[in-house]
Amino acid sequence: MQELIVRAKELLEKGEVARVLGWKKGEQEYDAEPAFFETAESLDNFVYNGFCGANLSKYMIEAGKKEGKTLVFLKPCDSYSYNQLLREHRVDREKAYIIGVGCKGKLAISKIPFDGILKVSGAQYPDAQEILTVETLYGTETIPYKDAMLERCHVCKGKDHVVYDELLGESADTVDADRFAEVERIEKMSPEEKFAYFQSELSKCIRCNACRNVCPACSCRKCVFDSTAFDSEQKANTTSFEEKMFHIIRAFHVAGRCTDCGECSRVCPQGIPLHLFNRKFIKDINALYGEYQAGSDLECPAPLTSFTTTDAEPGVGRG
Amino acid sequence: MAEAMHECKYNPGFMRDTLIPQVGIITDIRTETPDVKTFRVEAPNGGKLFEHMPGQCAMVCAPGVGEAMFSITSSPTNKLYQEFSIKRCGVLTEYLHSLKAGDEILVRGPYGNNFPVETELKGQNLLFIAGGIALAPLRSVINYCLDNRENYGQIDIVYGSRSADDLVQRKEIEEVWSKIPGVNVHLTIDRPQDGWDDHVGFVPSYLQELAFDTNRTAILCGPPIMIKFCLQGLKEMGFAMEQVYTTLELRMKCGVGKCGRCNIGTKYVCKDGPVFRFDQVDALPNEY
Amino acid sequence: MYKISKENLNALYAAIAGGNDLFLPVKNAGQTNFGLWTESADVDIDTLKTVKSAKDIFFPQSESLYQVRRQDGKLEIQGEALREKPFVVFGIRGCDVKGMEVLDKVFLSDPVDGYYAARRQMGTIVSLACGRPETSCFCKVFGVDCAEPAGDVVTWLVGDTLYWEAKTKKGEALTEKLGNLLEKADTADVEKEKEKIHAIVERLPYSNLSLEKWGAAAADQNFDSPLWEQLYSPCLACGTCTFVCPTCQCYDIKDYTTSSGVQRYRCWDSCMYSDFTMMAHGNNRTSQMQRFRQRFMHKLAYFPANNNGMFSCVGCGRCVDKCPSHLNIVKVIKAFEKEGQ
Repeated sequence: MQELIVRAKELLEKGEVARVLGWKKGEQEYDAEPAFFETAESLDNFVYNGFCGANLSKYMIEAGKKEGKTLVFLKPCDSYSYNQLLREHRVDREKAYIIGVGCKGKLAISKIPFDGILKVSGAQYPDAQEILTVETLYGTETIPYKDAMLERCHVCKGKDHVVYDELLGESADTVDADRFAEVERIEKMSPEEKFAYFQSELSKCIRCNACRNVCPACSCRKCVFDSTAFDSEQKANTTSFEEKMFHIIRAFHVAGRCTDCGECSRVCPQGIPLHLFNRKFIKDINALYGEYQAGSDLECPAPLTSFTTTDAEPGVGRG
Repeated sequence: MAEAMHECKYNPGFMRDTLIPQVGIITDIRTETPDVKTFRVEAPNGGKLFEHMPGQCAMVCAPGVGEAMFSITSSPTNKLYQEFSIKRCGVLTEYLHSLKAGDEILVRGPYGNNFPVETELKGQNLLFIAGGIALAPLRSVINYCLDNRENYGQIDIVYGSRSADDLVQRKEIEEVWSKIPGVNVHLTIDRPQDGWDDHVGFVPSYLQELAFDTNRTAILCGPPIMIKFCLQGLKEMGFAMEQVYTTLELRMKCGVGKCGRCNIGTKYVCKDGPVFRFDQVDALPNEY
Repeated sequence: MYKISKENLNALYAAIAGGNDLFLPVKNAGQTNFGLWTESADVDIDTLKTVKSAKDIFFPQSESLYQVRRQDGKLEIQGEALREKPFVVFGIRGCDVKGMEVLDKVFLSDPVDGYYAARRQMGTIVSLACGRPETSCFCKVFGVDCAEPAGDVVTWLVGDTLYWEAKTKKGEALTEKLGNLLEKADTADVEKEKEKIHAIVERLPYSNLSLEKWGAAAADQNFDSPLWEQLYSPCLACGTCTFVCPTCQCYDIKDYTTSSGVQRYRCWDSCMYSDFTMMAHGNNRTSQMQRFRQRFMHKLAYFPANNNGMFSCVGCGRCVDKCPSHLNIVKVIKAFEKEGQ
């Protein structure tokens, strides 16, 4: 972590960047927050550890409106989001200095199943431990690092950055699950089972918009769900209809652009596995148009926005 | 049965829950300007929907279209009906402008405080300053004062708009207000126009030309930029902030100080306002 | 004081639900929220914090206010019936009960909100002491004793026994109804439990936050602080904090157009949203910094100024747990606390 701070201070002091976008120490080690650092001194509060799951790429939209270059730390998966935003002309590459930072898998405090957590040891970067030691109000516990990892890290796209100016730090392979296994499990359900499954998950939705607001693919300046011009702006949760419309429309809207960064599921206060919608689209796109990873490069034609005469024409049957 | 449900047993002062409106019938619509109409509203069986005081507002609703707060432009001294002057500027007002006499709307209120016509303003010389549609909230006070003429001193009304066609209540101004003893109406429009013999210029500069002494209470309503410069002018003339009243307008939904959106500082504009003295406005956080 | 063994709780729930609706923490798809008790409900009173607070029961996230029908050009309004059937809420924690007191200040002040008042009148609150407070809890700061919550009935879960003590007339009436399901108990175990809880509360990292910089006087003092610019920037402008909060009460009023007419409903809204203060001709809070500041100024300065010093935060810590960017009221309070030093 120290090398990141040293490098950031150097770039800031040399005037090569006007600010640094990274993570700031919180009250606990597991509540670091995304933050802009304007001065070298403020970087003393910079932190990078296993709990820095927040994807900073979307903040680069705002950073681009500010004077000068912004140094941003992107994890491998974050770099896909940044690249996709670049492709959509939402961010200005000229105004970014990207340090691709190593990743050994990110943790979710909600996956550490102990009450009264006071301190988690073993999540430091780069010295992450295989076993986390968790001090709680009610005693000391341990849990394997992998068991506390975010879902997305178990199916990681790989530890190579797709866009960067320089790389710092090392990564570790964290894949131990099949990315589409859960989608396949749901595909095998009967329509009734599928409906029941999604109804039970989506009925928890409180329409807080956290999934949308954190999503790097949701970068519309005015979201259709905020438009007062017609009925789409429903904040009510009276019928499950609204919930389904919201999440399914959103999934359609980000289809082909979603990099599967998993932020939607990370932030959902009700623990809805929202990434499954997006992953279903990704799986179908892969099957219909060939393997495609949004954000992987800037040149490759995107399956849903380019047409060839040999394109598959999926019917209207149940997928 | 349906009626009984409206009765709010927890709220004896109110016949119904405060969020439930009454049906009102539009009995007359006057076109004031190209984008302002005045709607006369009565209860289905005739008469007013409720009593109000000058400066108070009501929520006007077109079901399925929207609901918004409007000042009641008619005076409480009018015992027959209530009026709203509404400028076309959004989805709801667009719809209201498409209505005809005989159509029904929903109204709930009255909400908010009122101009202190029976206390601080009583016995005072009054200076009303308004721009454009902002005559609407003042008209209620002006007519109240004119109908209780003996309670107030000299009354001056400075009113301006972009053009002669944008002056609201022009008929009433010319045929009623101007003819009452002790009332001076000073009209102005922004740019010269054929057939306009009166003053030309912005309200703040006209105000300065008129150079009022400070032996009066001012009531100022208009677009923010006009308010800013008029207030500056009044200060230069020697008016204290305690001598100037205005109304604030923020987004409102409930009208009863609960839904939260018109909250600035410790005040809820729908309930603690819309009428504020400028020393009170100055004490609010700068978010209006 | 009475007691009942944990294994008999289902019989207790059934007895309570006999004549009333019973709301209690129910697990659904992995998350615990207040829900209606049924035979098959997965009751979960071990989870300390439901995702949404119990506010939902008295001030539902969405509720119909009235219907408007149009017949021959005439409008006809039918108000939604007010709650007339008694109900019981079981398992509310001390912070959420305090949250009800805050909501009372809003909805029961003049003019009274009839929908809310009816539910308050019909509802009996059975609170549950917090045997295992969490790191994110700071109710002590706002004068809540999670070892002895308020409520019509207070309960303690000690080992395999639920202790039950009625505190109000409503509580006594409910207790009476339950007859011999409950047996008399002495208070020794509960006293010990309270001591244990108090000891834990003392060890909570946020139990001693200082509110010295807040209260009525802060309405003027803290508004222009440069800290807001530093504090708000990672805010995503979502409404998570406001929706999980037991005291946030801002709402919107909107219409559903249905085949039989228009249904006017209200639903929770959030001061974090960009359209919250938007009008046809402008917006008085255009930046997220202003919206962020409004939320905390309202809870910690404006509300106390209007309510004899009562804060509109009860220290439940849900926002601490749920903010996607890990911003929260604790960080705000601490930032102002440090500022003066």
